[in-house]
Amino acid sequence: MNAIILATLVIAAVGAVAAIALAIADKYLAVREDPRIGLVTAALPGANCGGCGFAGCGDYARALVAGTAAPGACAPGGDAANAEIAKILGVAAEATEKRVALVKCCGTRSEAVRVGDYNGICDCASAASTAGGDKGCRYGCLGYGACANVCPKSAIRIEDGLAVVDKRLCVGCGKCVSVCPRKIIELVPASATIHVLCNNPVRGPEVTKVCGVGCIGCHLCEKNSGGKEAGHFTFNGFLAHVNYQNPPTDAALVSKCPRKCIREDAHFETGA
Amino acid sequence: MKTIKAQFGFKGGVHPQYHKDLAAEQPIERLPLPKTLAISMSQHLGAPAKCLVQKGDVVAKGQLIGERNGFISANVHSPAAGTVAAIEPRMGPVGNWTDAVILETAEDQSGEAAFMPPLDWKSASVDELRARVNDAGLCGMGGAGFPTVVKLTPPPDKHCEFLVLNGAECEPYLTSDYRNMREHADRIRLGVEIMRKILSGPAVRIAIEANKPAAIEAMEKAFADIDGNVEIVVLPTLYPQGSEKHQIYACTKRLVPPGALPISVGCVVENISTVAAIADAVEKGKPLIERVTTVSGDGIVRPCNILAPIGTSYADLVAFAGGEKEGVRKVISGGPMMGFNVPNLQIATTKTTSGLLLFTAASVFQYSSEPCINCGSCVRACPMQLNPAYISRAVEANDIAMAESFGVMNCLECGACSFSCPAYRDVTQFCRRAKASLRAAAAAAKAKAAAAKEGLKV
Repeated sequence: MNAIILATLVIAAVGAVAAIALAIADKYLAVREDPRIGLVTAALPGANCGGCGFAGCGDYARALVAGTAAPGACAPGGDAANAEIAKILGVAAEATEKRVALVKCCGTRSEAVRVGDYNGICDCASAASTAGGDKGCRYGCLGYGACANVCPKSAIRIEDGLAVVDKRLCVGCGKCVSVCPRKIIELVPASATIHVLCNNPVRGPEVTKVCGVGCIGCHLCEKNSGGKEAGHFTFNGFLAHVNYQNPPTDAALVSKCPRKCIREDAHFETGA
Repeated sequence: MKTIKAQFGFKGGVHPQYHKDLAAEQPIERLPLPKTLAISMSQHLGAPAKCLVQKGDVVAKGQLIGERNGFISANVHSPAAGTVAAIEPRMGPVGNWTDAVILETAEDQSGEAAFMPPLDWKSASVDELRARVNDAGLCGMGGAGFPTVVKLTPPPDKHCEFLVLNGAECEPYLTSDYRNMREHADRIRLGVEIMRKILSGPAVRIAIEANKPAAIEAMEKAFADIDGNVEIVVLPTLYPQGSEKHQIYACTKRLVPPGALPISVGCVVENISTVAAIADAVEKGKPLIERVTTVSGDGIVRPCNILAPIGTSYADLVAFAGGEKEGVRKVISGGPMMGFNVPNLQIATTKTTSGLLLFTAASVFQYSSEPCINCGSCVRACPMQLNPAYISRAVEANDIAMAESFGVMNCLECGACSFSCPAYRDVTQFCRRAKASLRAAAAAAKAKAAAAKEGLKV
């Protein structure tokens, strides 16, 4: 018999056997998966950022379908994904607000005093543990980019010795919040536009020694926004903090801050 | 008593320039009492002491102001009579902020010191002696500050066979232990006898590097007529010879397993200066309130060895040493290999401050790190036989788990790898970072497990 014909027949026979085996396996060894898992996974944005607390979108989808997680934990997906998931699962959608990371420091290299030349590895935690960090202010951003390194969306970059968040790219997963050794990153509602960009709660004279734009707790922002009753600001020591339950909207507050540490969104949305 | 050469060496190590001649021939000088002292509550390894005084309190010299707070912790005493001006967080030499008692020292120091009653070590019981070591707030004065009483209380199933005295002082520039050996050899001998009694008669090995012949001679003289198994072991001059694991190996050929304490192989290692302090605590009832600090470096006008009360600010030490020369670029607390870079001179000394080094621009090297060139210098230099090159690359790639698999937790942070790296990589800092994250992860896991246990109980 011709060798070519023989080879063709052998391959055809092997193919037929394998096809039968696969057909049987498909029928008897199939894993039944809830079809909703696929649908929910498709509805999620696929960022795999881990912000929901699960190991990626697929894991979160499985937990949602199993009923062990509630919709609304996906920050990148926002309300749209939330509503779709609720529709698939047949539960009521709860409105979520998009949150974004805010670096509460505006002490750039020209504004904040640097007390030494740090020569070691480019990592915030290592810099912070070397003589307390090279920045004079021990509450401020060191600018070695630990947050930028963990950001799954590349929404953080280092500009002039300071971490800057691009609000349009940030999905609010919160990875930067936990990695920052100085704990100066906070997740705030994306709708808020006025922010206090300082994290130093110590007395005024000590702040002015180390930073040109540090909050001294003068309470002028509170006075200019309708006083204590209006409740737009809270104070921790000598540090003003925006009350994000009731954020201020008056852009005039920015120019009225004597320390120039109240900024409008522009700061963390530069590079447009 | 005999003097022998170390029989067992270790692989690795480096030969930095020692520069000990700057301060080695300067006798210990006593610092006039500074006007203010800042006594940290966290001068030792472990939990900070519990502060016992309040603002405005008048304290006597030697009075207990901080109480041992936990198993690994130590008492803190007032180094002088004075008034507590404040209790506030102060930055320590490693950049940590801890509560410190700010003491305005009194003009008149003639009042009676609140020392403990002297003990006769020969008639006192072992428990009394051990209690005295605890009360005196003694901790290792070499650098790590491990509480001495913990070392002197071996677990019931362990017996101390060798007491190793660490007089290697392998860090460049530092000469405080060297001066102590030359000037206070009799105190060290008394301390050894007390420790021998507490540890029920172990053999004693006094480890001194070969580059300190005068110290060896002084110790030989002081220990000449001591009975029992005592040997002076002359170690080859090699950094990091002062590491306790390497000293145990050099003196006894025993290997301390990873993560274990020296007592697991029947050894206790104690720094020479600590041993002298034990003698003072027992014989004079004097708590650990002062220590010898070497002030040296090319940025110092008059390098010297200063006996200063704990809590003296670095600025006072520098002023006593003739002040700083022009153009100081770097200040290091401790030795240049393992010490900590400090940002200013407002920091105060602790029980572990063995040196304060000031360097001018001429001896401070500015560099930028480059990628690893696979030369293996760090592997040859590592005294723990690790592969620092792989560890540093794993940490650079943020893969701490891989760094752990390379054994980073065995790293001594001695700095031999960074010292030998031709690409100027901060290898030791990478190791330090990996160790810090692993320790933080372990602490978090422990807290989580404890919380889960609590949850079950409720």
